[in-house]
Amino acid sequence: MAVKKEAHHKYRVVGTRPIRPDGIEKVTGRALYGADYYFPGMLFGKILRSPYAHARIKSIKFDKALKLPGVRAIVTADDLPEADRKPQQMGEQQVSPYYLSCNVLARGKVLYDGHPVAAVAATSPHIAEEALRLIEVDYEPLEPVMTADEAMKPGAPILIDDLRNQEEGPDQPTNVATHLQFKRGDLAAGFDAADCVIEREFRTATVHQGYIEPHASVGIWNPDGHATVYTCTQGSFTVRTLATKVLGMPEGNLKVVPSEIGGGFGGKTTIYCEPIALLLAKKTGHPVKVTMSRSEVLRATGPTSGIHERVKIGVTKEGRITAAQVWMAYEAGAFPGSPMAPGAMTVITSYDIPNLLIDGYDVVVNRPKTCAYRAPGATAAAFGVETVLDELAEQIGIDPLDLRIMNGAHEGTQQPFGPVFKRIGFIETCEALKASEHYNSKLTGANRGRGVAAGFWFNAGFQSSASVYVNQDGTASVVTGSVDIGGSRASMAMIAAEVLGLPIDEVRPVVADTDSIGYTDVTAGSRVTFATGMAVYNAAQDVVRQLKERAAKMWECTPDDVEFDNGVLRTRGDVLQPQQLTLKELAARFIRTGGPVVGRASVSTGGAGAGPAFAAICVDVEVDPDTGKVQILRVTIAQDVGTAIHPSYVEGQLQGGTAQGIGWALNEEYVYDSKGVLRNTGLLDYRMPTCLDLPAIETILVEVPNPTHPLGVRGVGEVSIVPPPAAIANAIYRATGVRMRELPMSPPRLMKALQEHRNSREGQAAAGR
Amino acid sequence: MHEIHYEAPTSLEQAVGILAKHGDSARPICGGTDLLIQMRAGVRRPHYVVDVKHIAALTGIAFDPKSGLRLGAAAPCIEIFENATLRRHYPGLVEAAHLIGSLQIQSRASVGGNLCNGSPAADTTPALIALGAVARLVGPKGERQVKVEEFVVSPGRTVIQPGELLVELLIPPPPPHSADAYIRFIPRNEMDIAVVGIGAAITLEGDRCTAARIGMGAVAPTPLFAAKASQALVGKKFDAVAIENAAQLAIEQASPIDDMRGTAEFRRHLVGVLTRRTLERAAERARRN
Amino acid sequence: MAKRTLVETVINNEPVELLCEPRQSLLEVLRDELHMTGTKEGCLTGDCGACTILVDGRPVCSCLMLGVEAQGHKLETIEGLATGAELHPLQRKFLEHASLQCGICTPGFLMSAKALLDKIPRPTEAEVRYHLAGNLCRCTGYDKIVRAVLDAARESG
Ligand SMILES: Cc1cc2nc3c(=O)[nH]c(=O)nc-3n(C[C@H](O)[C@H](O)[C@H](O)COP(=O)(O)OP(=O)(O)OC[C@H]3O[C@@H](n4cnc5c(N)ncnc54)[C@H](O)[C@@H]3O)c2cc1C
Ligand code: FES
Ligand code: FES
Repeated sequence: MAVKKEAHHKYRVVGTRPIRPDGIEKVTGRALYGADYYFPGMLFGKILRSPYAHARIKSIKFDKALKLPGVRAIVTADDLPEADRKPQQMGEQQVSPYYLSCNVLARGKVLYDGHPVAAVAATSPHIAEEALRLIEVDYEPLEPVMTADEAMKPGAPILIDDLRNQEEGPDQPTNVATHLQFKRGDLAAGFDAADCVIEREFRTATVHQGYIEPHASVGIWNPDGHATVYTCTQGSFTVRTLATKVLGMPEGNLKVVPSEIGGGFGGKTTIYCEPIALLLAKKTGHPVKVTMSRSEVLRATGPTSGIHERVKIGVTKEGRITAAQVWMAYEAGAFPGSPMAPGAMTVITSYDIPNLLIDGYDVVVNRPKTCAYRAPGATAAAFGVETVLDELAEQIGIDPLDLRIMNGAHEGTQQPFGPVFKRIGFIETCEALKASEHYNSKLTGANRGRGVAAGFWFNAGFQSSASVYVNQDGTASVVTGSVDIGGSRASMAMIAAEVLGLPIDEVRPVVADTDSIGYTDVTAGSRVTFATGMAVYNAAQDVVRQLKERAAKMWECTPDDVEFDNGVLRTRGDVLQPQQLTLKELAARFIRTGGPVVGRASVSTGGAGAGPAFAAICVDVEVDPDTGKVQILRVTIAQDVGTAIHPSYVEGQLQGGTAQGIGWALNEEYVYDSKGVLRNTGLLDYRMPTCLDLPAIETILVEVPNPTHPLGVRGVGEVSIVPPPAAIANAIYRATGVRMRELPMSPPRLMKALQEHRNSREGQAAAGR
Repeated sequence: MHEIHYEAPTSLEQAVGILAKHGDSARPICGGTDLLIQMRAGVRRPHYVVDVKHIAALTGIAFDPKSGLRLGAAAPCIEIFENATLRRHYPGLVEAAHLIGSLQIQSRASVGGNLCNGSPAADTTPALIALGAVARLVGPKGERQVKVEEFVVSPGRTVIQPGELLVELLIPPPPPHSADAYIRFIPRNEMDIAVVGIGAAITLEGDRCTAARIGMGAVAPTPLFAAKASQALVGKKFDAVAIENAAQLAIEQASPIDDMRGTAEFRRHLVGVLTRRTLERAAERARRN
Repeated sequence: MAKRTLVETVINNEPVELLCEPRQSLLEVLRDELHMTGTKEGCLTGDCGACTILVDGRPVCSCLMLGVEAQGHKLETIEGLATGAELHPLQRKFLEHASLQCGICTPGFLMSAKALLDKIPRPTEAEVRYHLAGNLCRCTGYDKIVRAVLDAARESG
């Protein structure tokens, strides 16, 4: 695992690999995840779901179910207030509370297989399940619309009666929620200036985040209208905002306690079970636990969009990209809000291109409402661009990494959507991969090929809060509102330890509930180490400031005369008598110097573009020419990670994203039947990679510090998922001569392409004879 | 409320008694790796679950060079592939048992359950068909034997009558110069249900094939005995031409469907590929025997 | 409430008598009845391995076994892996190698890995990958898990 340092490391704790503070609880089974809470008198909630992809609900009868002994309450959309239709900014997302509410419990119409229709609370999960069988729903089935192509056709069945977009006007019902466009330069002139222009069409499948922990929440409702929900979420404050909007209650009345979370990857940034658990708790007066099964997770929680993409790029024979045009339609699922916008904002942003046109469409279809998935929108978008670049490199005869380096974005490059890059490490990343042992090794053997691709993710900043408490024995605790998905407690403790000059095991990181810490946006968008880390850094600096004030008082000087270094306070030698005191010694005197020291900070670091990160990947594959099955032989990922606070967890992010990218490339996809019912509702047939499907994943950390962060941190969590599908497609081409333009590149699809390729070659050979 | 009762009889008579008494509302459970999932999904809703793992006749594994193998219906796969004698004499059956799910599944799952579940894609069934295995059933009316290729009648349905129990599988001893093999295709390297599975057992006298049986899974509503393909090999020189011929006949017999695991076209193609590969693997083993 | 059955079993070397409904899976019994929530649920269909425990030393998906079937058997769960305050070498290595991110899969992996090392004390990388193939991890790409298991074997072997 190589670490390529640009920054000379001046840190004591940052950059080391301590054991994570919450590790023991997680290896001993003591850590409590969403489904692990039990309360006296707790009831179990289960959700009735639509068996239709598209239908009108004519009636729901549940008197039989209510009579089943042990059943305590049943709720439907009628138990929810009719929420506001106007989209609102909620944390990092634009959300219409009305659509959100309709997704929690269907109102009038069901829009996908698995759409919740009603929910039951009972004394045991089995009784609740039996009760679901007794609820009678009368549906009027409607024609389902399963793809963006179908949904955009004139005359397509309309999913949401009042959906309109600006272009089509206020009188035209439509399935297109948004059209977004970025333009630059003169496209036609750009293509004219090119020596080689390639235009291709691509399709990608709906895929799921695949976190191993299904959603689970426990709702508790007090008679005074105050409520608590224990839940596995990436954003406790987001849950508070969204759930109170849907339930029509004041935000302050709901406390959200985040449990440990068993993975999210963006999929736990909205609400599903939470309002249902709360509603049932309100109706029964008991705590109610609502958990999803795996099939519910796959049928009804946010996967990410399948897309349809057209890419046209022109280059000169020297390798300069002169123009690029990208058209993309994203399937949003049942309600508007696909990751089309971030897709369009990242699709070709790694390159400095004078003439551009990017069009993106957000289209509703009868699939579950999509939710964020690691670098939302970017992976599917990059698939097209990064394979076309590979074709172009081949056509003009230059190394594919050189083509990327030659056109790579750098400090000063303007992004298609406006902002200008500060210091970034795209070119360094491609160069690191090009210099790697892997890229320079020889790949031998039949049916084998090597491919490369790159990816970009801008990383989000947004808002975070942190408090740092110094205890009387000189230890400290760090409190944040960012749930820990992948070791961020360790990073938070390390940042505070770095600033305070404490050993890492004397800093306790705590993830607080929404009543105990200031507002903090979701753990997503690679923002925790970046933004919450910045808040922790500032809060620790706030502690240092106060320590200096205390010392100054004792030494009868001004705080400016006190230095703090590595846990020791000193008078500045040039001005005063030398005095010194360790943090520990001072802490013991807090009681006499003004009481406990509490450092606080909150940050709002701006939205997209806070810590841009780039990745480049090299993959070797072997294709079975008789079955179309692809084995990944070797994979190396290089990524611009800024300062790696805890390199092991940074490597882990790169490896995890790469593995998800490989799954997306090869086998993961939603398979619907002709009626729009999901066929593969379990993990046997929704095929995520097992450890026999992956090789060791080699990582190269390229540390180009982020100038907008005090420690140089960039978001590291997302971009690693972006390049694998394109790199694998490029490798398959090298192995077989076949260009794959549809994901996943599963055996039946690749076999078909191989056969067509062979037939056409035989055909050509025959014609030439 | 749907009630469930659990019974764990220790003798065949008791078990048959319970099953006969409750008819359709009782179901035997071996490893439960199919049954529990089906019960949870509401596909099967028995009132009586009859655990047959406490009956000696169902859990034994006994090999005799003269009479062959008696494989208890409930013996877990792990005991099959950890058994050196079976690995030696029935490597194809062992590899099929070793493919079922993960090790966690193999600790529980049985060959009997695999067969009685009646899935067209069950991995051990084509291997059993290739070996010419016979199922011994005991019921209220006594005992009967059914060839494995006749055991499954439609997806999820078998010849088992209410009250009946599969006790064991009777597998002939491997003739000299013979061997079996089983190969399936799955998209991942583990944890998948066969897109197509082919079992084969062949006997080679020099370069001639004197006996052959090919079993096919996931290519039709039930597992199949590829009679024509098998027959075509017998008495012929075992070479590339003969293998190709058998593969073509196997493809002709297959009537696969499109589903989430593969298209019909892809499956037909795989029947050819896997028939070739399985025959070659079995032959390679046979030459060493 | 359906009739409950008495089940006598041994969990982490302690004899345990418990009452459960015949329909309850062993996973439900561990979690909902005994509140031993270290064993996790990821799918209830045997696909993810998060619920892996050892039954008579063999790895089993506790979601695919009935509670009543535990009668007379010896169960080992994640709660019994450490000996008192001392972590099992696998637990230590998982921490040192940063083999967990979210950690939901960790108990299952640890139990599968224990079954492996009990049987094959010095496995190859291929053997490790094979024995862990019934456990899904979505966070790590498995790399650091495999390294930890190999390292634990090296250390104790
Ligand atoms: C994660 C996972 C992966 C799997 N992978 C595979 C795979 O790769 N290949 C494959 O073929 N299968 C696979 N399966 C399916 C299953 O494991 C096998 O079919 C297994 O062999 C079933 O055996 P069992 O003992 O668990 O059966 P059980 O579930 O106990 O029984 C299966 C059915 O047979 C009936 N039955 C059982 N015993 C008898 C008897 N003695 N007499 C009459 N009826 C009886 C039961 O009532 C039930 O209907 C997988 C299952 C899971 C959960
Ligand atoms: S919960 Fe048992 S295997 Fe997934
Ligand atoms: S660490 Fe999250 S699933 Fe493995």
